[in-house]
Amino acid sequence: MNNNDQKMSKKNLKNSGHVNWPVTILLILGLSTIIFPLYMTVVIAFKQPSEMTNSISGILSLPKSWSLANFKEAMEVTDFWNSLGNSLLITVATVALSIVLHSMLGYVLGRTQAKKKGYKLIYFYVVSGMFVPFAILMMPLVKQTAILHLDNMLGVVILYTVFYMPMNVMLYSGYLTNIPVALEEAAYVDGASTWRTYWQTIFPIMKPMHATVAILTALGTWNDVMTPLVIMSGSKNTLPLAQLSFQTQFGANYNLAFASYLLALLPIIIFYLICQKQILGGVVNGAVK
Amino acid sequence: MKKERRLSRNQTYMLITIPIVALFFLFNTLPLIQGVIYSFTNFKGYGDFDWVGLRNYMDLFTDARVGKSYWFTFRLAVLSTIVTNVISLMLAIGLNSKIKFKNTLRGMYFIPNVLGSLVVGYIFSYIFTYIFPAFTKMLGGEGTSMLSSTSWAWVAIVIVCAWQSIAMNTIIYISGLQTVPEDVYEAGSIDGATGWKKFKHLTFPLIIPFFSINMVLCMKNFLMVFDQIVAMTSGGPAQSTESISFLIYNNGMSGGQFGFQSANAVLFFVVIVVISVLQLNFTNKKGEQL
Repeated sequence: MNNNDQKMSKKNLKNSGHVNWPVTILLILGLSTIIFPLYMTVVIAFKQPSEMTNSISGILSLPKSWSLANFKEAMEVTDFWNSLGNSLLITVATVALSIVLHSMLGYVLGRTQAKKKGYKLIYFYVVSGMFVPFAILMMPLVKQTAILHLDNMLGVVILYTVFYMPMNVMLYSGYLTNIPVALEEAAYVDGASTWRTYWQTIFPIMKPMHATVAILTALGTWNDVMTPLVIMSGSKNTLPLAQLSFQTQFGANYNLAFASYLLALLPIIIFYLICQKQILGGVVNGAVK
Repeated sequence: MKKERRLSRNQTYMLITIPIVALFFLFNTLPLIQGVIYSFTNFKGYGDFDWVGLRNYMDLFTDARVGKSYWFTFRLAVLSTIVTNVISLMLAIGLNSKIKFKNTLRGMYFIPNVLGSLVVGYIFSYIFTYIFPAFTKMLGGEGTSMLSSTSWAWVAIVIVCAWQSIAMNTIIYISGLQTVPEDVYEAGSIDGATGWKKFKHLTFPLIIPFFSINMVLCMKNFLMVFDQIVAMTSGGPAQSTESISFLIYNNGMSGGQFGFQSANAVLFFVVIVVISVLQLNFTNKKGEQL
């Protein structure tokens, strides 16, 4: 996808020779709609409450000093490192479990559903889970996770693994249709078990789909508020959830609140800037398949 | 060499499938069934409860607050879907044309999609409450916040929902536009197709599959809107921006309406399935015509 992309853009430039400047300028101007909220976040996060005014120039002006005091306080108030750790733990565990479990099930269902009716039914059963809104599961799940002592991070990870199963299984078994069965047959004839064939031959081949699944699952779980809010009911915070939990403590101190918002956004922005190509490619792969 | 007894392929398949599907059943289907069962009770979330048959479902259709939340959620979903798709399609065409800084611009326009919607909601809440009123005041307006108006708060939420979703839809449209071969345009330009005509008769029919992905994705996500409501309005003012998910969460979890809101959730589930199936059918038919 990305290679294609680059080839295409190179080809376009070579073909034409001239750049469409009006469109370029319009698009750059349009960026202001994205940059403006982010600019305001940064500026407010650095300002002091005394610098907040109601005049336009005051609102748009840069802070008098770039002091990190707001951030230090926000980190203490929201227990930042703890929330960040929880978010990381939940996301990494969910992604790892998803790649292992969903790819296995995707493999079995991808290989069998054409031939066996039972597996075809299972495929539709799992994939139709995509239409079940969290709203209907939410209330029974609160009771169920409490009974099972899963009203904690482990429970949230298990729930995410289940919630992302329909989409991921569909992606994996769809991807498998492009992988020739002959590959496994060869390994199988050589005496490898189905289990070993899967891990040694098929699992590595599905690497592009692992990337897509990892990115889609990670973006979804990292930013999700509802599941941890309902299941852990305030005992543990994730990074976004901490913004909700400490909203009352920010009070009217918007500078403190915005420092905290900026801290909450920074990890994913940094991650995006580093892995931009993979993320864009993964997202397109997932949506288009 | 010791000859180990090897599992047959079918046995391995079953050993993989059964535990994973059991997990899926336990945390997806089982709570779904419980939700349906609770919807026939007057359970408050605690204590005893009685069976009430279909009474919750009948009450749903006469409950003003539930009706209001469906009306709000649908207005929001439809308008956001239209706004999002129109803007993303224009952006995608722009980003796919012969422009400078192509990769940087594409990368920048995607940023909103990776940000958490709760925090984005908080940021926009401040912008709508303090910054926009300051601008309108300067231009001679009254300088009141959209979020405090029962007739305008929902538009503010549409803006925030669209701001975030445009990123994703644009990327999908761009990948759609890249599937359109160059020679189609060349043939078209010989026939004199330019501008709007070119788009309507050449480009759009070829990217209909991507259009349908975006429509389905948008509708489903917007119908389930929750974070933005929590961050921006908490359903207010005067319950004018209570989304269905928010109402179920609020009244079901802490409002003592566990049973009643379960019925609401079942109805919501049916609505989502019906809309998705209708959309898929509609776009499949469109696809066949091509």
